[in-house]
Amino acid sequence: MEFNFLSTFVTFKIKNNCMGKIGIAGNQGKGVKSDCQVQFEFLTEGGINIELNSKVQVLYGKSIVKLAHDILSHFEIENARLLIEDTGAIDFVIAARIEAAIKKVIDTTKDFLLPVNKENLGSTNKDDFRFSRLYLPGNSPKLMLNAGIHKPNGLILDLEDAVAPEKKFEARFLVRNALRSLNFYGAERMVRINQIPGGLDDLEFLIPHNANLILVPKCESAEDLHKVNSKIEELKTKHGINNDVWLMPIIESAKGVMNAYEIAQAADNVSSMAIGLEDYTADLGTLRTKEGTESFFARNMVVTASKAAGIQPIDSVFSDVSDMEGLAENVRTSKGLGFEGMGCIHPRQIKVIHDNFAPGEVEIEKAKKIVVAFNEAKEKGLGVVSLGSKMIDAPVVKRAQNTITLAINTGKLDKNWLDK
Amino acid sequence: MKKYDKLVVNAAGREVPTIINGEEHIPFQGVGKYKPTGRRYGPKLASCADFPEDGNKQVESLKEALIKSGLKDGMTISTHHHFRNGDLIANQIFDIAHELGIKDLRWYPSASFPCQEKLIEYLEDGTINRIEGSMNGPLGKFTSEGKMKGLSVLRSHGGRYQAVQDGEVKIDIAVIAAPTADFFGNANGVNGDTACGLLGFALADSQYAEKVIVVTDNLVPFPCIPWQIHGNYVDYVVKVDKVGIPEKIISGTTRVTKSPDRLLIAEITAEFCEKAGLIYDGFSYQAGAGGTALSIGNYFGDILRKNNWKARFIRAGSNKYPVELLEEGLVEYILDGQTFDLEGVRSMRENPNHVHTSPFTSYNYHSKGNFAQLVDIVVLGATEVDINFNANVVTHSDGYLLHGIGGWQNCLAAKTTIMPIPLFRDRIPVIRDEVTTICAPGELIDVIVTERGIAINPLRQDLIEKTKDSGLVIKTIQELKDEAEAICGVPEKIELSDEIVSVVKWVDGTVLDSVRKVLT
Repeated sequence: MEFNFLSTFVTFKIKNNCMGKIGIAGNQGKGVKSDCQVQFEFLTEGGINIELNSKVQVLYGKSIVKLAHDILSHFEIENARLLIEDTGAIDFVIAARIEAAIKKVIDTTKDFLLPVNKENLGSTNKDDFRFSRLYLPGNSPKLMLNAGIHKPNGLILDLEDAVAPEKKFEARFLVRNALRSLNFYGAERMVRINQIPGGLDDLEFLIPHNANLILVPKCESAEDLHKVNSKIEELKTKHGINNDVWLMPIIESAKGVMNAYEIAQAADNVSSMAIGLEDYTADLGTLRTKEGTESFFARNMVVTASKAAGIQPIDSVFSDVSDMEGLAENVRTSKGLGFEGMGCIHPRQIKVIHDNFAPGEVEIEKAKKIVVAFNEAKEKGLGVVSLGSKMIDAPVVKRAQNTITLAINTGKLDKNWLDK
Repeated sequence: MKKYDKLVVNAAGREVPTIINGEEHIPFQGVGKYKPTGRRYGPKLASCADFPEDGNKQVESLKEALIKSGLKDGMTISTHHHFRNGDLIANQIFDIAHELGIKDLRWYPSASFPCQEKLIEYLEDGTINRIEGSMNGPLGKFTSEGKMKGLSVLRSHGGRYQAVQDGEVKIDIAVIAAPTADFFGNANGVNGDTACGLLGFALADSQYAEKVIVVTDNLVPFPCIPWQIHGNYVDYVVKVDKVGIPEKIISGTTRVTKSPDRLLIAEITAEFCEKAGLIYDGFSYQAGAGGTALSIGNYFGDILRKNNWKARFIRAGSNKYPVELLEEGLVEYILDGQTFDLEGVRSMRENPNHVHTSPFTSYNYHSKGNFAQLVDIVVLGATEVDINFNANVVTHSDGYLLHGIGGWQNCLAAKTTIMPIPLFRDRIPVIRDEVTTICAPGELIDVIVTERGIAINPLRQDLIEKTKDSGLVIKTIQELKDEAEAICGVPEKIELSDEIVSVVKWVDGTVLDSVRKVLT
């Protein structure tokens, strides 16, 4: 049985066999904070009945109830029971939970969108530094609010492994609202979608809402990225979006490693390529070790393929969040192999990653000499750069210039160093 | 008797009663404005002729000691929180009082803890009329809902000493739980199976109470060395099986935080202190309890190590973190007011440079100076701060009384007071237009450090000047408040009853603010 309300003035329909069904979204229980759980029951009479139990009742109770009314009225719902169990969720979280609960019960083409935080407008560049990118579980608002203040280069709202299958539906609304409302404090706004083809549906929640970069997990072929791009183009056209959207495929299988070069050059908007070692070692049927011997080949493949394609190779996360020394060692190894960034799963890892990817003092001093020599040669109109008795090749100059840029960007060198 | 009467608006702009539980009190007049007159209070003189010639003051039980002390209706009974949430004695005292049918007692603890939740039944049946001390957890909720018969009074640790010394609170019977004592009543907290550190909070009580009972589970032959409590003040000694649970002096708030947000705030605080030039060879600081404060202590340690400097002293609340700095030689002395873990207890027992202090030496405002004012940097928490830098530490933004003042008000005397606080907690902004309860006048708070920026009190132009090109994110307090509200939304104004359930005393004994009953 299907109730169709389109014949009146209501633009939604109740899903099949859903009368009396209760839509539930959000988290509740021990340790849950800054979230809310919403139960929505569609009724045919009795008006709107909103029940709120909130930890912040006396300070925000009225505004939460008003928001709930606004959302119900936006979806043209006139009779319903809404129960909100709130542990201090902010508006964009509450709105995502209510919308998800409603949409579990009714079909509608409408979305309830809060205004976009102006900080979140604008694109990023293909060659922006991506030393650190912090994973945030896509359905855990508590971890989102302060993530940006730890200054990672990128923040990843993760719809894939960090979200339980039964929570995937509601997580999309939360991630969409976060992309619009959450202050990322300058971090690149990244989302890890689900594996292709399922992940293609995630894009509707991301592309119209200022996502800068899409991580494509378990990527095994250029074809995966072509599918992603054609969906992105479709959505961009539909919503009139001009922003660039970069892709970061994640190589997580033997097949992916063998196709790394094909993937790296699959499209112009592939900015970087990451390796995911947990899944890769599982695929090999081996264990992930601290030394990483088992993944040495794969890491080299990803680095070499990326460099060949002119994109950034990005290393896997280091999972022991209490071992900062181990992480630092890991970053140095990673940098030595040619990686230009690494994932993080805890904000305390960010600084260690930045410090160790940043050029060291000796490296900076050497680069300064080369750049100075290059500038002098250019001024004098010399075709050949020499430092002391040594000739300097063009790639060496380029590397030195990169090192200087990196040193400036990581605060290791004053940007006016040449004047001093 | 009315719980309170004759309301006036004090110098902080707050309406406070001048008659509290039938006695006159002076409204707050401004920081350093009220000058006491008169002399210290003195209990009745005693004579050796009235005490056992052999010095043995031991009696059979706590009940006997209380009866011999003349326990009767309306008396003031004091206890101490050296065992924090591991106290076993306070509840027993009121069990006995209840059994004897005694009514209307005033309980004067140095702090209360959730382990004393049981006393709610005695507050309800009239055995206890009121609490004058901190009201934590369940007792705070009980008080906030207006269920206490008398009006509760909140004092700082220093204010508690001052009130006793000045004769504002006359203690009839003080019961001191001591991990080690002799039959004469000499007692300490550093020895014995239940060692908890020190007994400084009981000093005023031993000096000024009419009757003093020492309860111990480790009775040693005379002399009990060291004697943190002098037996010469003591009337009775009682031996019990167990006097407290020392493991419970560790509370959740005395571990270094693992929260990345709080660690960031701690890091920024230390960086601020370094860049503002507040840290130097020979400086001093107060390391409070609380995860953020402890992390700041660790970062201070890093700065000292890096510069090859030493701190002259730490005022504590000690636990293993300051002890590590002491043992590494980065700090010369710990002047300790209470120990927060067993490492603190061990250090105090073994290390002559880990010195026990009392609210008299550290905090008493009616005195010829105190140690708190000699500290360079003090780091304190707060439940709320307002745009005039006034701070609250006793109530939450929903009006509930949930914390005591502790040494917090007294520490404000330090040369620089810094409050590292998150901009919001579970949506609740910490910086408000006006604090729910004023516990600290804003002129005493110098710096607010949040994860999203630092606000410096305009009174501290020196700090503003020193940090202006430091690369630190300095904002006005109004900007921080606006930023929190942009994230959390503007909070609604809360409604509280007109009825007063508690008053907050300032360090000089004047009444700083009233706590209103919550609407339930």
